[in-house]
Amino acid sequence: MSTSIAAINELQPSGRKLRQQRVEKLIKFFLMIVAASGMLITTGVVVALVRPSIDFFRSISLGEFLGTTAWFPLYEPPDYGVWPLIIGTFSVMLIAVVIAVPGGLAIAFYLSQYASDSIRRKLKPILEILAGVPTVVFGFFAINFIGPNIAAKIWVFSDIGFYSSLSAGITVGLMIMPMMTTLSEDAMAAVPRALVEGAYALGATKRETCTGVIFPAALSGIIAAGVIAMSRAIGETTIVLLAAGSTANFTFDVGQPMQTMSSFIGFAGLGDQPTGSTGYQTIFAVGSLLFVITFILNMFSRKIVARFREVYE
Amino acid sequence: MSTVVTTEVMRADLRDTTSTSRKNWDKAFLGGLWVFTLLAIITLVVLIGTTLLKGFTRLNPSLLINFPSPFPEDAGIQAAIFGSIWVVVTSGLVSLLIALGTAIYLEEFADRKSRLNNLITINIQTLAGVPSIVFGILGLAFIARGWLSWGFTVGTASAVLTMMVLPVMIVSAREALKAVPSSLREGAFALGATRWQTIVKQVLPSAIPGLATGSILGVSRALGESAPLILLGALAYVSSNPSGLSSDYTVLPLVILKYTQEAQEEFQAVGAAAIIVLLVLLISLNMIAIVIRDKSRKSW
Repeated sequence: MSTSIAAINELQPSGRKLRQQRVEKLIKFFLMIVAASGMLITTGVVVALVRPSIDFFRSISLGEFLGTTAWFPLYEPPDYGVWPLIIGTFSVMLIAVVIAVPGGLAIAFYLSQYASDSIRRKLKPILEILAGVPTVVFGFFAINFIGPNIAAKIWVFSDIGFYSSLSAGITVGLMIMPMMTTLSEDAMAAVPRALVEGAYALGATKRETCTGVIFPAALSGIIAAGVIAMSRAIGETTIVLLAAGSTANFTFDVGQPMQTMSSFIGFAGLGDQPTGSTGYQTIFAVGSLLFVITFILNMFSRKIVARFREVYE
Repeated sequence: MSTVVTTEVMRADLRDTTSTSRKNWDKAFLGGLWVFTLLAIITLVVLIGTTLLKGFTRLNPSLLINFPSPFPEDAGIQAAIFGSIWVVVTSGLVSLLIALGTAIYLEEFADRKSRLNNLITINIQTLAGVPSIVFGILGLAFIARGWLSWGFTVGTASAVLTMMVLPVMIVSAREALKAVPSSLREGAFALGATRWQTIVKQVLPSAIPGLATGSILGVSRALGESAPLILLGALAYVSSNPSGLSSDYTVLPLVILKYTQEAQEEFQAVGAAAIIVLLVLLISLNMIAIVIRDKSRKSW
């Protein structure tokens, strides 16, 4: 009897251990607060955008914002029709996606299905370096090479100037191509080996396996990657600021200078806008639009992955 | 005799019966893949080539030592180099601490299926998708002006970059902790260690290489970032090194932006030379990360 009580006493945590456990509860609580603090940033972004935007729409009607087509908010007299920025944003984004999505897919196919190990080991670091090149360097590249040597040569439909959304779009496309490659590679790696080997066993060629088996099986991941590429292209500021100029032209001619939503924010930030002025508030109104569009795209991309992911055993 | 016939027949069956047109399609497809792969390589080569060609005349010690000057041949980027170091080191340290705390909570403490855990993860994904210029807007509204009114200082820039790189840092810190095998934790528990003792003495030391590579990647992002800092006054003409968090500052990417926009060819050369300095810094950081990754490859 007495021995079993002694044994039970020994199994109780010592006083030191109990104290340690209390300290650990505190540590856990503290870490939880740190982890949750990230949510403050999101809240901060939303609050920072919403309040000045409300002030903006108190002085400028939504009808003028969405119903007119001239955007000169920092001039006298100012015009607040946002369409030139929206068209500029989507022109640059479309050009970029037309380059980055097929490019990223092709490199991903090459790396995952064709390249030998030694070629892979050499190509991967090159892509990593390209992915790490700062956007301002791509902007320099756009002005000094892509604009004069590529955009000006291939655009024969109209006079193309020093600044053009074509030059900006091509450069943004090249910038996001490595990211598209990595995301597509991940999607392709999730396709089970058995599916690929089954295709080969039935006599399919390498291309047929790529386009007929791997591509459809990885499609949800690839679409999600494409949507993320769109969102990156829309949010890109510095390249567009340098390469597409600072005039918000209302035009569909990509040989012309254009302004995107992000590049307008950067441009307005270059000049010191006094707090509370309408010029200052436009930064926030356009920022809200940008935030909402990229937020919807990113959510859409997550939903595609969650909804259409093929679950293999 | 009959055996020979069967092998002949079998051999005939094994012959490649893929039609020429299917083979040609295959070749065309591979050709297409090559074109894009080459495009990526050529982009990098031409980009570096263009920069070197334009900037090599200014690749001299005076570039690194001098401060900005109205004369392009005297203009240097010392203030930007020190500004970048200040901003990147402070934001790197703060974001690493927050990311580490978050990752430890999510991976080691939190109940994986809890609401809060889920909410935190979704929030991180949302933050990762926010365009960097929007973080600049946040900084402008609450940190540079408004609530904190810290002005256009090192501290403001550092706070904004901290928020911007946080999602990258958290994701890589979580990966680093996930890579530590659970047998290590269970061993420590079996020997009577508490959860925190296990984390501090077993999990974190094993995760150091992963944490280091992750934070180097985050720091590289911060070092090359320009968009949010355009809104935060980094384009200003700064002719001294920062001395603290409340100093004026400029950073390498913004100096590059400024000189790239200059009309004078000689100033553009300063910008190109600054790009080379920035790329050398970034590539060295990348190499360090690769070396750490390779050296620490442990098989559990």
